[in-house]
Amino acid sequence: MKLITHNMLTSKCIKGVLTGYPLAINATDVKVTEVDYNPDFLSRVIPKLDWEVLWTAANSIGHGEGLPKAVEPKFEENEEFLKKAHKVLLEVEVEEGYLTCPESGRQFPISKGIPNMLLTEAEVQ
Amino acid sequence: MSAVMKLKTLQGHLQELKGFAEPKIKLEQYETPPHIAAVALYTIQTQFDALDGKLVLDAGCGPGTLGLGAAIMGAGAVTAMDIDEDALEIFQENVNDMEITNIDALQCDFLSPDIFRLENYFDTVLMNPPFGTKNNSGIDMKFLQAALRLCSDSVYSLHKSSTRSHIQKKIKEWGVKGSVVAELRYDLPATYKFHKQQSRDIAVDLWRVYHPQS
Repeated sequence: MKLITHNMLTSKCIKGVLTGYPLAINATDVKVTEVDYNPDFLSRVIPKLDWEVLWTAANSIGHGEGLPKAVEPKFEENEEFLKKAHKVLLEVEVEEGYLTCPESGRQFPISKGIPNMLLTEAEVQ
Repeated sequence: MSAVMKLKTLQGHLQELKGFAEPKIKLEQYETPPHIAAVALYTIQTQFDALDGKLVLDAGCGPGTLGLGAAIMGAGAVTAMDIDEDALEIFQENVNDMEITNIDALQCDFLSPDIFRLENYFDTVLMNPPFGTKNNSGIDMKFLQAALRLCSDSVYSLHKSSTRSHIQKKIKEWGVKGSVVAELRYDLPATYKFHKQQSRDIAVDLWRVYHPQS
């Protein structure tokens, strides 16, 4: 699971859960794989993100170093920032661990890099 | 990788992918044949510029033909979703074999309530939904509706040509726009025991469905 994916994930479909965001990450195995750098793509995606959640997530798995806490105006022109964002969003991957719903405490296992978000019928709203 | 990759080269890559080990009838697991996937992806990129540099979702990815193909065609990042653990295992093998790194997978039910923070998050949604022929009639339309909620631009979806007028009616009902952008032939091998013939040649449409403002 990449952090770009984590940034969008919620557990709001659990019965009784209002926002289910952000999911806490517990990682036992994190890897970094090289991904082609595409500044235009990053510039379009970054405004859609919850940056604070990304910052917290990156720090919680030990990859937050040098990542600014907020996105500056004209970030598209700051290559150093974009490269850092690229790494954190696309190259860092949680291989093993679990996600935790902030409201219900329900855990979602991450195995071989894939979070299992399936719920039983009884758990769904 | 380049968006102007030749159709034959793309098809060649997709032919390398592993398919379902044991297809499940309940989930209507039919593979997207490399030829169909290659023509579809090539059309989507060359006519609509909807893959290169885009945020793409492969809904019901199975072994990942469409999603991996989108990554090969230069997608910025691809998210692949499937409900089935076994299919995702093959997907992961394909990802590793192809050495594609800008793709991420989720195990979830595409038709259950939203797990995403935002609607219309993805630029492009790709899918080859269940045809809805075996005891789950209408599932193809549910996939299409769910996909529309998640994309800001267009959904590209494969459907039996025999359902064309039904889809036309549905998209009118939903207040969205769409048209068939390619007509293809799906040579469906006898995947399951209830198939009497060795293979059946089925006409399929590649639909582009989109919100009126995009």
